[in-house]
Amino acid sequence: MSGAHARSGQVKEAANMSNKGEVSATTGHGALVLGRDQGNRWLRYAALGAVALVMLYPLLWLVGASFKTNAEIFSSAGFWPSRWDVSAYAKGWKTSTEYTFATYFLNSFLITLPRIVVTVVSCVMVAYAFARFEFWGRKLLFSIMIATMMLPLIVLRLPQYLVFREIGWLDSYLPLIVPSAFATDTFFVFMLVQFLRGIPRDMEEAAQIDGCNAWQLLWHIIVPLLKPAIISVVVFQFIWTMNDFMGPLIYLASVEKYPVSLALKMSIGATEEVEWGNVIAISVVALIPSVAVFFAAQKHFIEGATSSGVKG
Amino acid sequence: MARLSLSKVEKTYPNGFKAVHGVDLDVRDGEFMVFVGPSGCAKSTLLRMIAGLESITAGELRIGDRTVNSLAPKERGIAMVFQNYALYPHMKVYDNLAFGLKLARTPPAELDRRVRHAARLLEMEHLLDRYPKQLSGGQAQRVAVGRAIVKKPEVFLFDEPLSNLDAKLRAAMRVRLTELHRTLRDSDQPATTIYVTHDQVEAMTMGERICVLKDGVIQQVDTPTALYERPANAFVASFIGSPEMNLLPARLEATDTGLTVLLAGTRLRLPGERASVLAGLPHRAGGTVQLGLRPEHLTLSARPHGDSEPLAARLRFTEHMGSEVYLHVDVGDLVMTARIPAEQALPLQGLQRGDALTLHAQMAACHLFDAETGLRLA
Repeated sequence: MSGAHARSGQVKEAANMSNKGEVSATTGHGALVLGRDQGNRWLRYAALGAVALVMLYPLLWLVGASFKTNAEIFSSAGFWPSRWDVSAYAKGWKTSTEYTFATYFLNSFLITLPRIVVTVVSCVMVAYAFARFEFWGRKLLFSIMIATMMLPLIVLRLPQYLVFREIGWLDSYLPLIVPSAFATDTFFVFMLVQFLRGIPRDMEEAAQIDGCNAWQLLWHIIVPLLKPAIISVVVFQFIWTMNDFMGPLIYLASVEKYPVSLALKMSIGATEEVEWGNVIAISVVALIPSVAVFFAAQKHFIEGATSSGVKG
Repeated sequence: MARLSLSKVEKTYPNGFKAVHGVDLDVRDGEFMVFVGPSGCAKSTLLRMIAGLESITAGELRIGDRTVNSLAPKERGIAMVFQNYALYPHMKVYDNLAFGLKLARTPPAELDRRVRHAARLLEMEHLLDRYPKQLSGGQAQRVAVGRAIVKKPEVFLFDEPLSNLDAKLRAAMRVRLTELHRTLRDSDQPATTIYVTHDQVEAMTMGERICVLKDGVIQQVDTPTALYERPANAFVASFIGSPEMNLLPARLEATDTGLTVLLAGTRLRLPGERASVLAGLPHRAGGTVQLGLRPEHLTLSARPHGDSEPLAARLRFTEHMGSEVYLHVDVGDLVMTARIPAEQALPLQGLQRGDALTLHAQMAACHLFDAETGLRLA
């Protein structure tokens, strides 16, 4: 197409767009800009869709594979099973131990839910102190707290194990829950501090004049304003705790106390042929709580994790 | 009784910066006192010290019969309205108003009565079920005021409450707040009010007395009229009044007929009664002074009883305000502003920038300030 024809085509396109109520372009140059914007938008969507597919396909494949036989799993990378066989779910749920996955899921929740509660309570209080109070050593303590975030988790495992062994807490859930009650999840404290710093102090001053002491201020004013950030803490802690493998591996010896993460590993036995269909099926089931929590809270989670929290 | 008194009150920050320098002030029971001054003059700091949100480094603050320096805000009997309203976004308007009373364990019936009374007073009964984000600026400000009223404090504190509103709404709220103060006082409720603003129009129209602050020091405390007619120093003179007073370097000279002010090469005679007060000044510091002339005391025609002194000027530009015209002129090297009623502005028609004209200065209304200290001479 010649340049003149191209330009007239683009001007017509601009005129059509104008008829539809979009911004009109009266010059050829304006029409070019509009046309390119439309094309760019579809290109962006296509690129994002392709990247999303690449990232999500293993998960999608997992769901498809949970309906396949062992042989089909290893022979086909495609999503669609030759026939939809749900028996893997039933067999995987029953497991080859004396306990079903109901027990293991219950154990996971017995660890996760108390841990979330103590994490939220302790991290909110510590973040409130750092963000709103002036006390001797505040900056030093905050720096130390941030510094501990740099420590690799594996460095802490051995000393913590020795401490809990001395206390007599091995083979119990306490080593997995109690440290979080002391705000040792410094990432959450840091996130809450940053969120708090974005909240104007006017409301707190108004609440002080209304008669709030520090605790009432925290409960009536700060916590409701922190809701998006607290939901983020809940979501992150839920997902991380449900997925935690090393902690339960080190501290739990009794099979009846195993959470889902250990039970999944147990189903991949070293001495017998692995029923991969069962393992994959139960892996899909194990993902459901985390995915459900994420999607239920995503509106608040995004706001809490990214916004500065300016309100009012 | 809801008197408030500040006695040698000071505020020094940990880094050594002294924000408030020995403030002494008495606010009468039921009075509407305005703190006004430019940004950084410590008017908000002083208000926050009264509220208990900032500590008092030295001096004494008394509310009623009590010294309240070490008391928490809730124990001082104060209520505060913030510039940004500071409403609780997660509570409805009703709960915003009721929050302080709930904390004080007010019986539910009494709480409801007081909330609804405040809502009626401020014409916002229809807003009680809304959240703050559903309110306009003016409505939010009324809720903030209502939250103060329900507490029945001894002293109301307002921290630039109208700054965030548009000009028209600000004017309407000024009237509403003034009327509210009168209503509370007339119904024998405590109504002592301290109102902080940087807007001198708000100060002049709302205050029964105005405290002008600069750099943490009180410049003058007086009625609006007295501040306007007898400013204590050049700062107050230039801060109060719009357009600003013309403050011009001049020299007092004694002549055979009396005192004159030499301004940009022109001699302006001072009326006899002014001259008698200033007799010794021409011999002090070479007689240098600051001459203050309010824009409305510069006219295009001489006054009939003869205290107008002519000033040769050149036009810079005019601002037409509808009912009056602001005339900006050069007088020698000096720039001056005159305020001419529109009906007297006919001589200005056809004048261009740089054209010559004569202004007449009403010397009976002029102000004289010390050239170094800025203090009023007469």
